[in-house]
Amino acid sequence: MTQKYLIPLTAVFLLFLVAYAGAGAGLGWFFGIVFPYLAVIAFLVGFVIKVMGWARSAVPFRIPTTCGQQKSLPWIKQNRIDNPDTASGVFIRMLLEIFLFRSLFRNTKAAFNRNASNRITYSWEIFLWLAALAFHYAFLVVLLRHFRFFTAPVPSWVQFLEALDGIVQLGLPGLFLSGVVLPAAVLFLLARRLFDQKVRYISQGSDFFPLFLILGIAVTGIFMRYFTKVDILAIKEMTMGLVTLSPTIPDGVANLFYAHLFLVSILFAYFPASKLMHLGGVFLSPTRNMANNTRAKRHVNPWNYDVPIHTYEQYEDHFRDKMIEAGLPVEKKE
Amino acid sequence: MADELTPDELLDKIDYGTDSGNWLDTTKSVQIRPGMYCYAAKPESVETLGLPNARSWNPTEEDWKLPDNWQQIIHDGIKERLEKFRTFKIFMDVCVRCGACADKCHFFLGTGDPKNMPVLRAELLRSIYRNDFTTAGKILQKIPGGQRLGGNRPLTLDVLKEMWYYFFQCTECRRCSVFCPYGIDTAEITIMARELFNLLGLNIDWIATPVSNCYTTGNHLGIQPHAFKDMLEFFVEDIEDITGVDCTPQFQKKGADILFITPSGDVFADPGTYTCQGYLILFQYLKEKYGLDVTWSTYASEGGNFGFFTSHETMKRLNAKMYYEAKRLGVKWILGGECGHMWRVIHQYMDTMNGPADFLEVPVNPITGTKFHNAASTKMVHITEFTADLIKHGKLELDKSRNANRIMTFHDSCNPSRGMGLLDEPRYVIQNVCDHFYEMPPNTIRENTFCCGSGAGLNAGENMELRMAGALPRATALKYVHEKYGVNTLGTICAIDRAALSTLCEYWVPEVEVAGVHELVGNALILPGEKERTEDLRMEPLPGCEEEE
Ligand code: SF4
Ligand code: SF4
Repeated sequence: MTQKYLIPLTAVFLLFLVAYAGAGAGLGWFFGIVFPYLAVIAFLVGFVIKVMGWARSAVPFRIPTTCGQQKSLPWIKQNRIDNPDTASGVFIRMLLEIFLFRSLFRNTKAAFNRNASNRITYSWEIFLWLAALAFHYAFLVVLLRHFRFFTAPVPSWVQFLEALDGIVQLGLPGLFLSGVVLPAAVLFLLARRLFDQKVRYISQGSDFFPLFLILGIAVTGIFMRYFTKVDILAIKEMTMGLVTLSPTIPDGVANLFYAHLFLVSILFAYFPASKLMHLGGVFLSPTRNMANNTRAKRHVNPWNYDVPIHTYEQYEDHFRDKMIEAGLPVEKKE
Repeated sequence: MADELTPDELLDKIDYGTDSGNWLDTTKSVQIRPGMYCYAAKPESVETLGLPNARSWNPTEEDWKLPDNWQQIIHDGIKERLEKFRTFKIFMDVCVRCGACADKCHFFLGTGDPKNMPVLRAELLRSIYRNDFTTAGKILQKIPGGQRLGGNRPLTLDVLKEMWYYFFQCTECRRCSVFCPYGIDTAEITIMARELFNLLGLNIDWIATPVSNCYTTGNHLGIQPHAFKDMLEFFVEDIEDITGVDCTPQFQKKGADILFITPSGDVFADPGTYTCQGYLILFQYLKEKYGLDVTWSTYASEGGNFGFFTSHETMKRLNAKMYYEAKRLGVKWILGGECGHMWRVIHQYMDTMNGPADFLEVPVNPITGTKFHNAASTKMVHITEFTADLIKHGKLELDKSRNANRIMTFHDSCNPSRGMGLLDEPRYVIQNVCDHFYEMPPNTIRENTFCCGSGAGLNAGENMELRMAGALPRATALKYVHEKYGVNTLGTICAIDRAALSTLCEYWVPEVEVAGVHELVGNALILPGEKERTEDLRMEPLPGCEEEE
């Protein structure tokens, strides 16, 4: 069991060291230019290949999981969101799913008490939902804030987001909420994997690796911002070089930054080949993104083929005498 | 069940603290245990359908008599299905193992076996998928220990046996899917896995034999046409004893208004038979009062579709008879009886597989004029939709007091609730024919409903321990309303439920009986010309008619 999380932890640590030491040894161009470009290409190509692969597979049957009353008689109130029969209902269902993790919100925890009543009890389990939501939104905010490094002049929405994120002013430089929420949420998700017996049992090394990786990215980022003051101007010169496709390696870029960038690049490259692709999958999940109207509208299966069936004629041939004797109608009398 | 566990022994075994070993190890995991698995399919049944590798074999024996190239067959089978089903492909790729589904499965809740967590059930197959079909898996295979990290493993005989064991411990109820943030439906994965097993001839007999019967005789018990007619006539006699009215049905009547198809369980086993009598009474009432012409068919005498538990192809082969017969008889539309998976097939698959049903009319209730827009394409209406509509329009004369002794609750069957959304119609009917109705706790009804533990072809006798363990979540909810409100009757709209829940009640909550919704309708409906009734359809005294001691 321990190897499931120790190996990913060690791997992330080694990756960090490789970049940190490598940049120190003058390989900055590799960690600062070559690898980021490769990673972005791997991400884009991998993502597209994966999604196209899914899209290529057929959706033969309309099999939404319905979570509420169907549309039937006019006086029975339909649950339009959880059991949509129209595209707009599906759209709302998907919005709630994608932006608010609605299904996860339903989560309950079951407990069994071996006593006189022997009841299984269910309690609402909100923490996974909260942590997941906090994690994803904090990550998004952090990601968007980083546009400050890739744009000149910095657009006003980035500045606005920063102001919002830093609304709690604690010392200097201003503390970003996302910088607190993100690692906290990652730590919660990690703790769940380690200490909840069920989740530990189902977890793989590939579940721990991205968590450690993201934690590593967050920690290096926070370190640069709050503790070792790095040369922001040099970094921006470098990142601007990357996005304008005229990469340079300015002096004064801290080794810690190379390590940070390297971990980010690893995350990008790793993304399409991993479970992180749930980002793409959530849009395409056939149990959620289809309307429940199969009895009302015809839906075509692209590979529908004819199958042998036992016809009425065969049936009657087989049972004719018995049917006649029992007074059942038949097509042919003898 | 003398040789099986007592309820207390079964409860003692439950422990949700899962073991800490690595589930990828098969060394100690493949323990196919009596009471937890179903017998292998008989070769004759497999042969009837022309499915591969018909032979006699035994799951507990070492040698499963597989074809030499079985690994290749499975590999190719997975490959083909990845292309044919986007669900399968996405569900193989996007699970994040968040564990939200882990404690949602009745088999996990009742056994505590960690491999009954839906995510792990799916992972059994995913481990093969990752190994054989993903780049990461192919790379990890080459690194020592890499397979452990990625959770992939090669398909060995032990892995196959383990998968077989656990995929026949899933009733395809979809409860896990409700809670998954990506809608991953383990039932869909189970369907794929079972298709793959069928490629190797690894079905269970309680599925294969009903399927072969349905195919040749028209219903899964293999009741021949004359016997089918006899059975219904037997009910007619009973009804006449009780009500004084002759409710003889018509068979294969060309040009009837409606073809009625119900699961054959209703014709064969108590308490489904009482539901069947309810249908007969309702149709007689509608004929007498409004001239509605309903026909039954001995050829399409099975609504339940065990093909659904075999493969998509077999499902289609069995389902085809409904349209085939409706067309031959020239009816206007089809009415379907109370059955769970029959309705999942009708609702989500039938029109796509066997449509378009352009020889039928969009269903209109000729008595109320209601057009069933929600069935405009399949042309098939659920009987609770039909009856609810009749009641709403005041077309039925009902005497609720005849069910006054029934303190009701309602069990939502998995398939109509999570594959269709048929939730309020049966409740409306029950509330109009019964005086007392109480819901079970909210986490256990409607889309959160718990399986009877015996669905998807697992309703055999030899796997009773599994069934009763899987029934536990439903049973504890039922016990709760039994103790709190004195509930004594569990209403349901599924033929498997009527059989399975009766066993469940006997085992876990012996004071509760199971009744189909139309049994209650049959009790309450006042037939034109009926004599004064003193008995219900079970030939037990009606409330107020009990004999003095
Ligand atoms: S809820 Fe969905 S994503 Fe989470 S473990 Fe279960 S199947 Fe996987
Ligand atoms: S479909 Fe039902 S039986 Fe199967 S894993 Fe999910 S909850 Fe369990």
